[in-house]
Amino acid sequence: MANAETRFSRVSRPAPEREGCEGGGTPVIAECIGLTKLFGGVRAVSHLSFKVDEGEILGLIGPNGAGKTTVFNLLTGFYRPTSGSMLFRGRDLAGLAPPAIVGLGIARTFQNIRLFSNLTVLDNVRSVLYRHAPYGFAQALIRSPRVRRDERRVREKALEYLEEVGLAGRAYDRASHLPYGLQRKLELARALALEPVLLLLDEPAAGMNPEESMSLVGLIDHLRRKHNLTIILIEHHMDVVMSLSHRIVVMNFGEKLMEGSPEEVQTDVRVIEAYLGEEYASAYRR
Amino acid sequence: MYIQGVLTVAMINIISATGLAVFTGFTGLFSLGHAAFMAVGAYTSAILTYFLGVPYVLALVAGVLASSVVAALVGYPTLRTRLRGDYFAIATIGMGEATRVILENLKITQGARGLPGISQYTTLPVAAVAAAIVLALARNMLASVYGRNAVAVREDAVAAEMSGIHLLRTRMISLVFSAGCAGLAGGLYAHYLAFIQPVMFTMVQSTQITAAVVCGGTGSLTGPALAAFVFTVAPELLRAAHMWRLVIYGLMLVLIMVFRPQGLMGYRDLSWSTFSTLAARIRRRTPHGKR
Repeated sequence: MANAETRFSRVSRPAPEREGCEGGGTPVIAECIGLTKLFGGVRAVSHLSFKVDEGEILGLIGPNGAGKTTVFNLLTGFYRPTSGSMLFRGRDLAGLAPPAIVGLGIARTFQNIRLFSNLTVLDNVRSVLYRHAPYGFAQALIRSPRVRRDERRVREKALEYLEEVGLAGRAYDRASHLPYGLQRKLELARALALEPVLLLLDEPAAGMNPEESMSLVGLIDHLRRKHNLTIILIEHHMDVVMSLSHRIVVMNFGEKLMEGSPEEVQTDVRVIEAYLGEEYASAYRR
Repeated sequence: MYIQGVLTVAMINIISATGLAVFTGFTGLFSLGHAAFMAVGAYTSAILTYFLGVPYVLALVAGVLASSVVAALVGYPTLRTRLRGDYFAIATIGMGEATRVILENLKITQGARGLPGISQYTTLPVAAVAAAIVLALARNMLASVYGRNAVAVREDAVAAEMSGIHLLRTRMISLVFSAGCAGLAGGLYAHYLAFIQPVMFTMVQSTQITAAVVCGGTGSLTGPALAAFVFTVAPELLRAAHMWRLVIYGLMLVLIMVFRPQGLMGYRDLSWSTFSTLAARIRRRTPHGKR
C-alpha cells in the first residue's frame, strides 16, 4: 500500500508533465477524422475527430451512452465505421480485422471484464504470447526442443508481466477466483503482453474503491513510462481521469462536446451541463 | 480373443474421442458428424489395402490425410462466421448424411453392401500403440501455442480475437487435427472388423463419440479417453443383464449429466495438468522459485 502511495505521488495532479515529447513537435500517433457509427437510426458516434499524441494519456469521458466504448470497438476493428477514418501511424484502420490491428500495436481492456475465466492467471497471459512461440504445427505435435525452449520463454515472459501488475503470487489461481480489482489488473497484464504502442483502457477503475483506484493510477502511469505507451482512457472516476490525463475529450450523444486540459474540462459549463443537467450549469454560471 | 476384441474397439474409440475432445472440449465447438470423418478414413485406407495392396501403415496415413482434407473443405465455409460455431454443428449433420449417401452410391465402395474381406491388420497392440501416440500428440498440441489459442477461443472468442488470435485459423487447426484422429480411428476399425459398410457411420456413432467427450469432461483429455473406454467396455460387461443393459447404459449417461454436469473430469486432467500445477504450487513456496 505504501508503495502504491509513493507511486501515486509521482503523478503531479494539476498539470501532469509528459516526458520526452516536450514542445510543439509531438508526433501524432493516432487520429480519428469524422468518425461515424450508426446502429440503425441511432448515431452511436457522430463526426468525431480527435488526435492522440505519442506518449500522452488521452482521457475520453462523457455521460453513459455517449459512445465512448463504441469508439474503442471501432478502433479495434470490432465494428466497422459507417463513415470517417481512423489513422494509426498514418495507416487507415477501417476494414482491418481485429488481429491485424493488434499486430499494428493496439491493445485494449474491456469495460465488463473479459478474462479466460476457467484458466489460471498465468495461462491468461500465456494465451496471448503467441508471438514468442513461432514454431510450426508439426514441431508442436512432437514437442521438439525448439518448442520446449520457446515455451520456457513464454512462461518467463508471462510471469514478468504478472510481476509488473503485482499478480505473480497468484499465477496458479483460477482467473475467475480473483477479486474484482485483481481481475482488472490481470486484464491489464494481458493487454501489456501484446506489447502495444497504443493501449485502450475501458474503465479500468470501475468497481474499485478510492484507495484501489489511486493505486491503479500509479500503476498505469508507471507502465506508461516503462513501456513508452500511449493511452486512451475511458473512466468515470473523475479523480482517476483528472490525475492521469494530459488532455481530455468529452463526448455527449456520440459527438465531441469539447476537448482540453483537465482544468479546462472541469470548469467548462457545457461539461457540467452534460453530466449534471442544465440547472447545475446555470447555477455554476452565476 | 473376445476380450481382446473389446479392448481393441475401446482403443479405437479412445482415438476418436481424443480427437473430438480437442475440438469440443478445448476449442468449444460441436460436431455431430464425426462418424463421417471416421468413414472417410475407413474407406480410404480399406480401399488402398484391399484394391491397391498399399502397405497398412501408409493406408492409415492416407486415411488420416483424406479425412483432414474433407474436414478442411467443410470447415472453411462454415467456421468463417466470426463468433458462432453453431453453423458448423448444423453443417456437420448434413455432411454426415451426405457422406453416407455418397458411400452408398459409389462404385469403388461397393455401395450399401460394403467392403468384405479387408485384411485384419489391426490387433490389440497396434490399436493400443496408436491410441498412446494420439494421446501424446494431442497432449503436445494442447500444451503448445495452438492448444492455448484454441482454449482462449473457447473461453471468450471476443477477447481472444481482440488479443490478436485468429478465430478461423485456430478453429480450422483444431478441426483438422480432430478429423485426422477420427480418420485414423476409422482406418483401424476397418482393418479390425475386416468389413465396413456405410450404415456403420451414422449419426448414432457420432453421438456416441460426443457422449464420451461430454461425459468425460470438457477441457480434459484423459476424461474423454476414460469415458470412451468405459462406454465401450460397460455394455459388454452388462451383456449378462440382457435387455436391461441399454437401460443401464442410458442411466449411466443420465446420472453423469445430473451429478457431474461438467463431466467426469471437467477442466482437469490426470497426470500432466494435475501434477504440473501441483509441482508449481510446491515450487511457489520455495522463495524465488521461478525458473
